[in-house]
Amino acid sequence: MSPPVRQPVGFFRATAILLRKDLLLEWRTRARVNALVFFALATLLLFAFALDANRNIMQAAAGGLLWLGLLFSSVLALGESFRVENENAALDGIRLVPASGRAIFIAKALGNTLLIYALGWLLLPVMVALYDIHLTLGPGPYAIALLLGCLSITAPGVVFSAIANNARARDVLLPLLLFPLLVPALLASVKATTLVFGGDPMDQLRSWLWLVAGFDVIYWALGFLLFPRVIED
Amino acid sequence: MPGMQTLARVLLAAGPADAEHIQPVTTGMIVKYAVTTVVGIALVWGVIRLFGWIEEKTRASFGVRAGLIGIGVILTAVGAYLGLFWAPPDRMMGDVQRIMYCHVPLLWNALIALCINFACSVLYLIKPSWKTDSLAEAAAETGVVMGANGVLLGAIWAKPTWGVWWTWDPRLIAAAIMLIAYAGYLALRRFIEDPDRRALWSSVVGILVAVDLPVVWFAVRWFRSIHQFQSSPSTVDPALRVPLRVMAFAFLFLLMGFLWQRYRIALAHRKDEVALPDALPTTARREVTP
Repeated sequence: MSPPVRQPVGFFRATAILLRKDLLLEWRTRARVNALVFFALATLLLFAFALDANRNIMQAAAGGLLWLGLLFSSVLALGESFRVENENAALDGIRLVPASGRAIFIAKALGNTLLIYALGWLLLPVMVALYDIHLTLGPGPYAIALLLGCLSITAPGVVFSAIANNARARDVLLPLLLFPLLVPALLASVKATTLVFGGDPMDQLRSWLWLVAGFDVIYWALGFLLFPRVIED
Repeated sequence: MPGMQTLARVLLAAGPADAEHIQPVTTGMIVKYAVTTVVGIALVWGVIRLFGWIEEKTRASFGVRAGLIGIGVILTAVGAYLGLFWAPPDRMMGDVQRIMYCHVPLLWNALIALCINFACSVLYLIKPSWKTDSLAEAAAETGVVMGANGVLLGAIWAKPTWGVWWTWDPRLIAAAIMLIAYAGYLALRRFIEDPDRRALWSSVVGILVAVDLPVVWFAVRWFRSIHQFQSSPSTVDPALRVPLRVMAFAFLFLLMGFLWQRYRIALAHRKDEVALPDALPTTARREVTP
């Protein structure tokens, strides 16, 4: 009796399985998520020292500080996300299953987006307490601005992290490649978040959000196209 | 096509609502840029084939390189004379405006070089070749050098006219991140030893960082910027236009000469890296055999 032939799963199912695997891994090793949260908190505290705890300056700069905190944390999360695959050559195993490289990209990028997005919500009460900000426009616009910004960080982040993971000096390389690339998208996210905090009398929020969405479309499309080439041997 | 319009707005002109500055994006523009990109990539492919042909089939390589750089040097001298002595000073800025004759052509040529890098990155992913990879490395390096010089001259020009060396303006930010992003690209090339992986990964990174190139070009139109718009020949006085054109071609010839020279060096490195290791030295072999 021959063993049953296993059909390779479809793209969406593969993505869902990989995403579930990544989230389960994060849940089982909660130490990493905790470290991430405390790292982000420490950054926000350090920014307060840097600005001499001046309430007016902190309030005005809160949007920028939030995104810098999220950016620094995302570098840690992205680096970790491929480091765990190095153990027992897990990435090779996933590719041999076979799972498509694009499914791996979408799963990794979505997993990291969820992580950073949750972190953004977690930091909100801390920012209210530390920087005395107000959600002037309400939680809806904050959710949209946060989600679009996180999406723009993670797509190029996953591609660069997969590259840096195999290079020398990988801890230097990831931020070196990622930070300059993200500046335009991040700048728009900062503007949008600042408007969410401080109010939007000139009705500019929509155009800044469109700008981030434009970068999201470009980054995700390029990542989707290019990622399989990055992990091939 | 309303759907196309929406996509175009998202991709190209989704800047802040600053109506009088935003360039309306039409379907024609999208088609134009798409065609330009494809034609540009095809052109770069042709140039690589031409380089290879001259290198391998003729003995003219040194002559052509020396000719390109020679023409560039002569044109630079002519352009410098025209810009410094022949052209009249600017009505508002006086002699300081003469920086334009170097600042603008340098950044034009830097953008050309970085677009060549993008084209090589795309070509490498379609059909891997050491020639494409070498030209990509050459283009990134010359582009960064020319761009850095252009930005430096811009800062020197900004001090007397804007009152500051540097200001946080969209055009300036975009140019600065362009330089840092390509510096990161060059760092990546140094950090990977395996030439195959280096070529593949730097191609991927080259395509991703090229997202900033249109931002640099359009920043003055999409955002409220202190930097002026792109001029067209009809908006520049003929007396100022002549030295600008001469300098643009001077730097274009220098760029081509530098590119080619750097391409040869990069290609020699690749050949060295992928060459088979030498056979055991004869002395070692003698020790093994009794």
